[in-house]
Amino acid sequence: MTETNHSTTEHHAPGMEAAKLGIWTFLATEVLLFGGLFTAYTVFRIRYPELFHAEHLKLNRVLGLVNTGILITSSLTMALGIAAIRQGKQKLLQRCLLLTILLAGCFLGVKYLEYSEKFHHGLRPGTNLFFALYFMMTGLHGLHVIGGMAVLAAMLIMARQGRFSEDYHTPVEISGLYWHFVDLVWIYLFPLLYLTG
Amino acid sequence: MSANSDEHTLSAHSYLAEKGFKSWATTLDHKRIGIMYLYTTLLFFFVGGVIALLMRLELLTPGPSMMSDHTYNVLFTMHGNMMIFLFVIPAIPSALGNFFIPLLVGARDVAFPRLNLASYWIFVAGVLVVLGSLLSPMDTGWTFYTPYSAKIATAVTAISFGLFLVGMSSILTGLNFIVTIHKLRTPGMTWYRMPLFIWAMYATSIMQVIATPVVGVTFLLLVAERVLDIGFFDPAKGGDPLLFQHFFWFYSHPAVYIMIIPAMGIISEIIPPFARKPIFGYKAIAYSSLAIAFISFIVWGHHMFVSGMSDVAGAIFSFLTFLVAVPTGVKVFNWIATLYKGSIILDAPMLYALTFIFLFIIGGLTGPFLAALATDVQLHDTYFVVAHFHYTIMGGTVMGYFAGLHYWFPKMTGRMYSEKIAKAAWLFIFLGFNITFLAMFVLGAEGMPRRWAEYPVRFQPLNIVATIGSWLLAAGVVIMFVNLVRSAMRGEMAPGNPWRALTLEWQTPSPPPTENFEEIPEVTDWPYGYGKKAGTGPSPK
Repeated sequence: MTETNHSTTEHHAPGMEAAKLGIWTFLATEVLLFGGLFTAYTVFRIRYPELFHAEHLKLNRVLGLVNTGILITSSLTMALGIAAIRQGKQKLLQRCLLLTILLAGCFLGVKYLEYSEKFHHGLRPGTNLFFALYFMMTGLHGLHVIGGMAVLAAMLIMARQGRFSEDYHTPVEISGLYWHFVDLVWIYLFPLLYLTG
Repeated sequence: MSANSDEHTLSAHSYLAEKGFKSWATTLDHKRIGIMYLYTTLLFFFVGGVIALLMRLELLTPGPSMMSDHTYNVLFTMHGNMMIFLFVIPAIPSALGNFFIPLLVGARDVAFPRLNLASYWIFVAGVLVVLGSLLSPMDTGWTFYTPYSAKIATAVTAISFGLFLVGMSSILTGLNFIVTIHKLRTPGMTWYRMPLFIWAMYATSIMQVIATPVVGVTFLLLVAERVLDIGFFDPAKGGDPLLFQHFFWFYSHPAVYIMIIPAMGIISEIIPPFARKPIFGYKAIAYSSLAIAFISFIVWGHHMFVSGMSDVAGAIFSFLTFLVAVPTGVKVFNWIATLYKGSIILDAPMLYALTFIFLFIIGGLTGPFLAALATDVQLHDTYFVVAHFHYTIMGGTVMGYFAGLHYWFPKMTGRMYSEKIAKAAWLFIFLGFNITFLAMFVLGAEGMPRRWAEYPVRFQPLNIVATIGSWLLAAGVVIMFVNLVRSAMRGEMAPGNPWRALTLEWQTPSPPPTENFEEIPEVTDWPYGYGKKAGTGPSPK
């Protein structure tokens, strides 16, 4: 971690440990952010089980499953990228990051198809509580995917500039943790929304 | 290490040396960021204070006098929003915490200086959006209760978004502090050698990081309720207004501890050097901060005893709420035990610290009346709640903040404030505060509802008392700040350690150099070894 690029070189450089503690704390915050929505889901699911069953049938399970596969694969490519740079393989890292970003784009594309299909059938956030939850939860998750893509794009640019090496790749590691979190949220959203009942 | 002799050479290295807007706006120095937070939050202390004075003026007479009822509603909403979100919550953590956490742990900066600067500008962005919402000010009260807040045609969406940003800033600040305290403590500073302000800020940061996102998502849902027409909080669509209250208080109850625990930390720093005694019960005070933080997460329901929550839930929340009194009492008893047989020096920081204890005992002991189901039904939404809240938050947090401002003033500015004027200001504040809010306790117990612009004539005498008290209080605050501003410009030069205190911030010149310490100090003992043989007091092992 000698190559930290912080302009405040006189200050303590935030080493890998500090950065990891920071990102884990941030992820705790994110869990609580989604926690509100999961709480609302629990409350309304218990109150209106029939509504949830009837409405979830209107979701496209196949597309949901495809998206789950896409996101899990993107987590794999991310993990491979980190493994690559740990061994100093810069080119492989760049390829893995690019692949991860592309898979995230695919995920959003499928999501776009799903959303437009729903809108086409007149299903909107205001339709009923199930779709309010569906759009809020997947929408907030989608925003996180977009944010994740921005972070990964920044990583890709830095990787192309040759900023990372075997010894220094903290930003890649913490971006990876964030990306796995985004993936993990979807792992919960998929069964809760698509496979209810 | 006295800095008196070579004051002029040192000032060139001082963190204040560099001038100009850009050097401040883009600074990564935690001290400068702390000062920027200090000014920004104080702005809202003054605006919120002027609004409070206007409300008290309106309440001089039972009927409408100088403003419409709607204007009054807008004013108490603004007073609450500004004071809570833009002043009290960030005042100690973001301003004093930013300045002093790295100094107290012997670090050169926080763990993530750039994130720290980003937090500040996110805060400013949030503030601007909140101010923008005043074009069409809302009148929901600071609690945003649905369904009213979801239906009215005022700028609820904008202010929700603004407060979301303010909350994001609060989260990032808390995150920065947690990592700083974990990773950047100076060599030798074990957990049990940390100053108690650090323990308090650690507990506060945990609450900021865990509770704030919940109010963030609550604001998002409120916005979605208004913009996307979802019905989470709308009974007409199968939603539940109580769910909003649960969400809101899941943050906003811990938030009152986000406000008070840092102030408690300041009190723990001030009492030992001004009583010249080691702190009594170090570990008990340290862990009680964490205990309060933990309990704060499981008591939110006590805001909803009359909202239609089930009786069982009410009874459980009532019991849990009483538990808060235990760690709080632990702190108060330990402070008093520290004072016992001490050589007490009644300078302004100590006066405010003692005022904190005095007022907080009153505020604290009126809490159980509201925690108990039966009495709460009587007292809910009366001036009793207003008085209780202000005794804990203004009498507690703000007095602790004033104590900290005076205590750390020489370190922040490099100059001493006028002790005489500070004491005069204190007298006005102490009398004014008690006159204003003791009257409110009585009014509330007699049944005067809060948030009403008009009231029955029989309540008028005590309302006159409260309004006169508010003028004394305001006079005191004005005198205090005039003194501080004047002293910051032409007070006499402060030595490095005017209070002969043992924590690390006093072992570097006033004002500190940009790098905080010429050499990173090594710690071999706890910082409370006061007494005849200074520095050799017993430390907890």
